[in-house]
Amino acid sequence: MQTHSANSSQVVSPTASAARELAIYVHWPFCLAKCPYCDFNSHVRERIEQDRWRAAYAREIKRGAEGVPGGVVTSIFFGGGTPSLMEGATVATVLDGIAASFTIAPDIEITLEANPTSVEAARFRDYRAAGVNRLSLGMQALDDAALKFLGREHSADQARAALATGRAVFPRVSFDLIYARPGQDVAAWRRELAEALAFGTEHLSLYQLTIEEGTRFHERASQGALTVPDDDLQADLYEVTGELCNAAGLQAYEVSNYARAGSECRHNLTYWRSGEWIGLGPGAHGRLQDGHARIATRAIRSPEQWLAAVEGFGSGAEPDERVDPEAALRERALMGLRLSEGIAAAEFVRTTGRTIDEAFGNALPALVEDGFLVWDGSAVRATPRGRLVLNRVLAALLD
Amino acid sequence: MAAIPHIRNFSIIAHIDHGKSTLADRLIEACHGLEAREMTAQVLDSMDIEKERGITIKAQTVRLNYTARDGQQYILNLMDTPGHVDFSYEVSRSLAACEGSILLVDASQGVEAQTLANAYLAIEAGHEIVPVLNKIDLPASDPDKAKAQIEEVIGLDASNAVLISAKTGENIPEVLEALVARLPAPQGDATASLAALLVDSWYDPYLGVVVLVRIKDGIAKKGLKIRMMAAGSSHVIETVGVFTPKLKNTDQLGPGEIGFFTAGIKEVAETHVGDTITDDRRPVAVPLPGFKPSIPVVFCGLFPIDAADFPRLRESLARLRLNDSSFHFEAETSAALGFGFRCGFLGLLHLEIIQERLSREFDLELIATAPSVVYRLFMTNGEMKELHNPADMPEENYIEHMEEPWIRATIMVPDQYLGSVLKLCEDRRGEQTNLSHTGARAVVEYALPLNEVVFDFYDRLKSISSGYASFDYELTGYKENDLVKMNILINAEPVDALSTIVYRKTAESRGRALCERLKELIPRQMFIIAIQAAIGGRIVARETISAMRKDVLAKCYGGDVSRKRKLLDKQKKGKKKMRQFGKVDIPQEAFIAALKMGDS
Repeated sequence: MQTHSANSSQVVSPTASAARELAIYVHWPFCLAKCPYCDFNSHVRERIEQDRWRAAYAREIKRGAEGVPGGVVTSIFFGGGTPSLMEGATVATVLDGIAASFTIAPDIEITLEANPTSVEAARFRDYRAAGVNRLSLGMQALDDAALKFLGREHSADQARAALATGRAVFPRVSFDLIYARPGQDVAAWRRELAEALAFGTEHLSLYQLTIEEGTRFHERASQGALTVPDDDLQADLYEVTGELCNAAGLQAYEVSNYARAGSECRHNLTYWRSGEWIGLGPGAHGRLQDGHARIATRAIRSPEQWLAAVEGFGSGAEPDERVDPEAALRERALMGLRLSEGIAAAEFVRTTGRTIDEAFGNALPALVEDGFLVWDGSAVRATPRGRLVLNRVLAALLD
Repeated sequence: MAAIPHIRNFSIIAHIDHGKSTLADRLIEACHGLEAREMTAQVLDSMDIEKERGITIKAQTVRLNYTARDGQQYILNLMDTPGHVDFSYEVSRSLAACEGSILLVDASQGVEAQTLANAYLAIEAGHEIVPVLNKIDLPASDPDKAKAQIEEVIGLDASNAVLISAKTGENIPEVLEALVARLPAPQGDATASLAALLVDSWYDPYLGVVVLVRIKDGIAKKGLKIRMMAAGSSHVIETVGVFTPKLKNTDQLGPGEIGFFTAGIKEVAETHVGDTITDDRRPVAVPLPGFKPSIPVVFCGLFPIDAADFPRLRESLARLRLNDSSFHFEAETSAALGFGFRCGFLGLLHLEIIQERLSREFDLELIATAPSVVYRLFMTNGEMKELHNPADMPEENYIEHMEEPWIRATIMVPDQYLGSVLKLCEDRRGEQTNLSHTGARAVVEYALPLNEVVFDFYDRLKSISSGYASFDYELTGYKENDLVKMNILINAEPVDALSTIVYRKTAESRGRALCERLKELIPRQMFIIAIQAAIGGRIVARETISAMRKDVLAKCYGGDVSRKRKLLDKQKKGKKKMRQFGKVDIPQEAFIAALKMGDS
């Protein structure tokens, strides 16, 4: 698949064109090892028959295209799991399949998540050749002890080397770091983030460590063997993050995502703007619009069952669900308020059939008055203070 | 008047957990009152709460047919009495229906405060008392020590105490023999006008109100028009009968008998425990002695968490009152909590039981405000007002002086905890009236303001004595004191449901403790929360809850949407258990828990 003008890709508003814009998420459910903080749908397997998986993705792409005639694909995202365990040929088959079944936007963004081990970095050129134009590198930390704590298979030096390779190969590169780790203070994080910013990538995802249920970290935390910073320190760390990124020219366009203007991840913006996306692969979710209604799609979660269903019945899908209008409203708010641009009023009316005031009128004025939200008639958005307590703001807004 | 030689009426006096219900079960079994398959543990405690808490709330009775060793047939009427101090008036009426008592003491524990209080009631009632020592199967039991305590503390001869194990059934026949041999037979005149003591009553969905009576003189039978002397109402008897413990209709009830009648009475509130029932056409001149109307002593507000539940709460309270006329309720409006009811109870346990039944049987989620006693306000215009709700307290300059109810508390405690107990009583404005020792235990008597006892006195007492102290009290009367109303302000808004009446001299420390406690109970929110205690316009204490600074999901992408939205829904449900005051969410337990303060 050939991509065009990937370097000059701009963030386009979904309202700008009349065509039905689509994002496609491809889930690769395998990892070499399960990280102790991760609650994603990822599995460790001895052997993966990539040719069978290639064929299955190709079938699912065709089926997916039937549900959205006339859709123009603006972004593709390979997530996981560890998509950098895919063979170059597997990525190529998927991208070629999408190109054959959908109309492709000329400035399409194609991201692949990769782990920064040397083995995986060796495949970067194959991915680029297949059409991938953006790399999202799971560096997670720039400190060997922290990487070990996080259960990662790479060292800080390997991560630095992989980043260099990635930047040589891909037009756009972003990487992830996990901070607010146990014992991490503001000074230590300043040093680590300063080094990260010095690499000069145009995009960073900076996540505070979250203890998710069902993970090894959760088990350790409930036994009292692991303590994360309290909310005061978390807030301090978050504020330092914004300050340093800002000084380096990267804006917090989402709660945990920082970018130079125009370098935002367009694929993820589709989620946060409650656009339309198709989910491919085990456990992948999708959201489609049907008039003012929202359709949730979901694929079978277990990799083996998904593969068997696609091969045996020609579909790995679970039944679609029409999202209850109130629930759809909550989804829009919970996604849209994560963005610094907030929820666009015109788009909101177009997709829900309700105005912002109709939907949130009860609680909105008080939240505005108290400085948690801004509502100027064209968009409703969280203030920096509001975004930091967004869970509370949402609870109040959606009461 | 003649003796009715084949009847013995008795009750069992015991401290909680000393085995009263188990003994009752054994006695019923021994007299074949129930088939083995019908015996469920603790037959007489019919409510779930009674079984779970091991306490008796309603008086129950069972008539046993016993063939004694002398070859004669006897009717033994066992009156099971409520075991808790909140129901001491009900206990006294149950005792008045009997000629004797079994004083049941756990031989491994010895005499406890409740044993003592109820034993005195039995002695006052003129009972012949048969001491019975239970749990002799336990290795820790020490019957000689228990006997010595009965003699020293209560002043009863315990030399002929019966030693039993209600659990194993050991020596149960000896108890029955002792009842026949030692208790006096009741006296009465079958030809005289009907005079019957109303012991208890309850609502039965099929029969209407069932009235439990002890016949002193005369005959009660179907068709007789009776008069309730205190209530001033008349009814025609429809059925009479006894409990074996199953309900069994009989032709009539005569002198010395304990049984029930129904008379088309619709509400328990029409019957008063202690009332005298007589023949409407041929009434006795003087009612039986000892009648007292039941008066609630502790009040609190009950509010539905969900305001839409208000009608259901009203209905549920009315249904409970069908069976329990001793609690009172009237609609109340709180600026903080909306519509609810001000409810009056005989005591704290009574309050807890009603609250528990509302949530358990009627599935109502409630906020209970701090319990309050009834204050007497003597106004400058010469009027006297009773104050049931601190929120209703008038401006201080209209009040000439105030009085509060006092109690006489009896506490029994092992010597090693005595110091802590004395300090607790002193801290609660107690005045020691008596202190004596028996063996290694102290018996302490204190005069205490009821106000100081209602919140958490019993919890504190249990905790400072590792559970060994036992406690009982009775109301003694009203005394003048320097009392003030303390308001709690949350972000400068007074929360009426948190107002309390406090003793002026300790108001400041109380205010500080209350603010500190609320700080622990109210979770951090999006705002700074100021908690203040004020007396009149003067702030006496302040605490601040800092704002929650960070609460946001780090990651939320396409696959997370449904899951995170459900998380939000769950969070919303949790919020329902809180009440909003302005913008501040206060958890329901804060209203009572705030007042359960540890003594410093």
